[in-house]
Amino acid sequence: MDRPPMKVQELVAYWSSEPGPRKWIRVGMDTGGIAAGAREVHRALVETRDALKLEIDILKAGSPGLSYADPVVIVGDETGGTMILGNMDPEAAREWMRRQGSDVGTLLEDRIIASRDRGHTFSGQPQTKILVKDTNAPHKEDRTVFFQERIREELEIQGFAAQVHVHRAMDMGLYQKGICIQFLPSGVTYSNVTESDLGRIIGEGLGEGRVLEEWWETGEDPQERIVLRHCGQIDPEDFEAYLRAGGYRGLKRALLNMTPEQVIEEVKTSGLRGRGGAGFPTWLKWKNTREPAADRKIVICNADEGDPGAFMDRSVLEGDPHAVLEGLMIAAYAIGADKGFFYIRAEYPLAIERVQRALDQCRAAGLLGDKILGSDFSFDAQVRLGAGAFVCGEETALIASIEGRRGSPEPRPPYPSLKGLWGKPTAINNVETLAAVSAILDRGGEWYAGFGTETSRGTKVFAVTGKVRNPQLVEVPMGTPIRNVIEMCGGAGPGGRIKAVQTGGPSGGVIPRDKMDTPITYESLQALGSIMGSGGMLVMDESDSMVDVAKFYLGFCVDESCGKCAPCRVGGFQMLKLLEKIHSGNGKREDLETIGDICHCMKTASLCGLGQMAPNPVLSTLKYFEDEYLDLLDLGGAAARPNRRGRGTDRNLERV
Amino acid sequence: MQTQTELGKLLEWVEIMRGRIREIVREWADQEGNLIMMLHAIQNEFGYISRGAAGELAKETGISMARIYEVITFYHYFRVTPPGKHTLQVCMGTACYLKGAAALHKELERQLGILAAAGGGHDEFQLETVRCIGCCGMAPAVVVDAETHGRLCPGDMAQILHQKQKA
Ligand SMILES: Cc1cc2nc3c(=O)[nH]c(=O)nc-3n(C[C@H](O)[C@H](O)[C@H](O)COP(=O)(O)O)c2cc1C
Ligand code: FES
Repeated sequence: MDRPPMKVQELVAYWSSEPGPRKWIRVGMDTGGIAAGAREVHRALVETRDALKLEIDILKAGSPGLSYADPVVIVGDETGGTMILGNMDPEAAREWMRRQGSDVGTLLEDRIIASRDRGHTFSGQPQTKILVKDTNAPHKEDRTVFFQERIREELEIQGFAAQVHVHRAMDMGLYQKGICIQFLPSGVTYSNVTESDLGRIIGEGLGEGRVLEEWWETGEDPQERIVLRHCGQIDPEDFEAYLRAGGYRGLKRALLNMTPEQVIEEVKTSGLRGRGGAGFPTWLKWKNTREPAADRKIVICNADEGDPGAFMDRSVLEGDPHAVLEGLMIAAYAIGADKGFFYIRAEYPLAIERVQRALDQCRAAGLLGDKILGSDFSFDAQVRLGAGAFVCGEETALIASIEGRRGSPEPRPPYPSLKGLWGKPTAINNVETLAAVSAILDRGGEWYAGFGTETSRGTKVFAVTGKVRNPQLVEVPMGTPIRNVIEMCGGAGPGGRIKAVQTGGPSGGVIPRDKMDTPITYESLQALGSIMGSGGMLVMDESDSMVDVAKFYLGFCVDESCGKCAPCRVGGFQMLKLLEKIHSGNGKREDLETIGDICHCMKTASLCGLGQMAPNPVLSTLKYFEDEYLDLLDLGGAAARPNRRGRGTDRNLERV
Repeated sequence: MQTQTELGKLLEWVEIMRGRIREIVREWADQEGNLIMMLHAIQNEFGYISRGAAGELAKETGISMARIYEVITFYHYFRVTPPGKHTLQVCMGTACYLKGAAALHKELERQLGILAAAGGGHDEFQLETVRCIGCCGMAPAVVVDAETHGRLCPGDMAQILHQKQKA
């Protein structure tokens, strides 16, 4: 039901409201979690709680980003302690509820994800759990099982067996560090533990509360969650949950305490650059859209997430839609727009539903509409859907699509900031950019600029997938080496050594193993022949043929070319034929020259970024893996290394 | 006699369709940037955009048929023929491709071939490929009638078909 427009005092009251001490359990219910069975887990939890009349809040949340462990639940107790359980199923969920997280026997085995908040002290707290895992052979349980037994025996001997339970962890967040153990709730973590160390570790740890330096893992979590600040933390469908988490504080500050120029200045201070791929300074785009005189202006959130192999934007929209909407409203205020659109891929039904709900909630609360929070700012926003065309992520094609035309790009200039949707000045920003904006206006540009490097400020979300042990989302400060990101995800998957990492999707390039220490910035990735892109990071191992990968990406661009300009339409098609010829072992050395010529032509003469950047995957594989092309040319089909196909074992290993 | 009742049913259906399209147009009439949204609504309602539906939309909105077809045929998402009873969408995004999506597709084709040889049932299924459904963390993924399945291997395909056949 509609209520009177929200007053500033009401909003402020939410920010200081403290939830009472209660037990809760949150289920990660994004598309990935649901596909893995999160709905069934949620249902099992609710049924068991109701049957047993327990006082536990069961909440829905977005994804905490741990795709490899889906479905994921996060449990919290009255004291504020939390624990993440992965790979849940209804049976484990029921058992957890029945025993309320005390020793739940074998059902908890291999499900707990160790805390990344590694403790510094036992701080006099009684410890209740010890997690153990062999991080050298994460897919073999024997050594882990052996150590679990040994720790139990040791607890028995020293008289702690009654209060401390020992469980095998699903993931310690540490890799190649031998046997690792973690005490809970303190989070004190040890690595490279041997059997003979157990007596001291347990005696001095549990008995005297002493942390032992020899084995201590202090490593801080390199993640810095700004864009993902609420993902997995709050219920994305609960408006009040967002408000209690400090929601719309940035908007209030902008509307009531700042002029639009000051907002733009604040974003300039933050150093934020567009996260949709090109890295254009956000403040400058806003300034350019604010300046031209026009009867109306428009803001668009680009949620077309076209890079096949990336899901950052989906996760943010599904996990924290209000943060993006708040960013869009701030953008609108800064440029003087009264209308906004979310352009969302039709392939993301849950994201569409949650954004729509967020819009409805704001409209009902008067946060969308006339004179928002009593200011002079009036604004409304709506959802518009894509329809399966990659090129519509390009801003001029996106505009054509909303206008109800084919998604063909237009030559720029004029830029949308001057002539955009229906000819009106339009600012188009990516999902992640806008989610960062709401945090920046809340906490200040200076604060945001404190992360990252001189030219690439702040943090970036990456979707790390492919041949990596634990596919997941990570958010790290710019400047973090590629290697660290991959290591946070457990390094190479079962089956091999990493050969290369691909960033930027079909517009990006491959980065070979020996360049993995490169810090991630817009400039450094470009220097390597790739781009930052929107944040897809695909890991490839020795079994992946780079020629096949180049062919795959180029095939994607050829399929998705809108056909308007010849370099992209004809060039792409001809080059793809040459690559197919080479891949099948029938190529000639001259073909490489022709490919080079076509690349040059596409790069310089294509109308939009799709064609201009489509050669990148080909050029970068040629640059770093020319020998694979040459092998195919000289040895023919015999050299073709087919991609490893899905195997049952592969999957089972992943589920460990 | 028989054909007359069938004709009657068809005409009735056409009327229902027209009515529904008029409603959709009314709902979106005064909204900006509505053409693609109306096409989505029509496809959601009928599973595809038939020539008749496109014609009705043209009549109601005054947008030319040529323009409507230009749009429908440009965007992969829109269908101009009725879908099968069950749709199987194999993700061919990069993450899924690297993890063996092509083998899943091949296996589904093979299984459908077996069904066909055994006397039918294959035509209930519509096999398609899509480009990334955002579940790359669970690659390779297949969407079966709007339900996403992840971490699959070719051995799982027969069961997926079997479950749907029973449904
Ligand atoms: C072929 C092509 C596809 C694109 N796809 C997307 C996309 O899916 N999402 C996105 O945010 N930007 C995409 N972009 C970039 C947009 O054109 C635009 O630069 C971006 O949305 C601006 O927002 P930002 O400044 O916040 O990054 C694409 C560009 C090209 C050339
Ligand atoms: S590549 Fe298949 S879900 Fe993303």
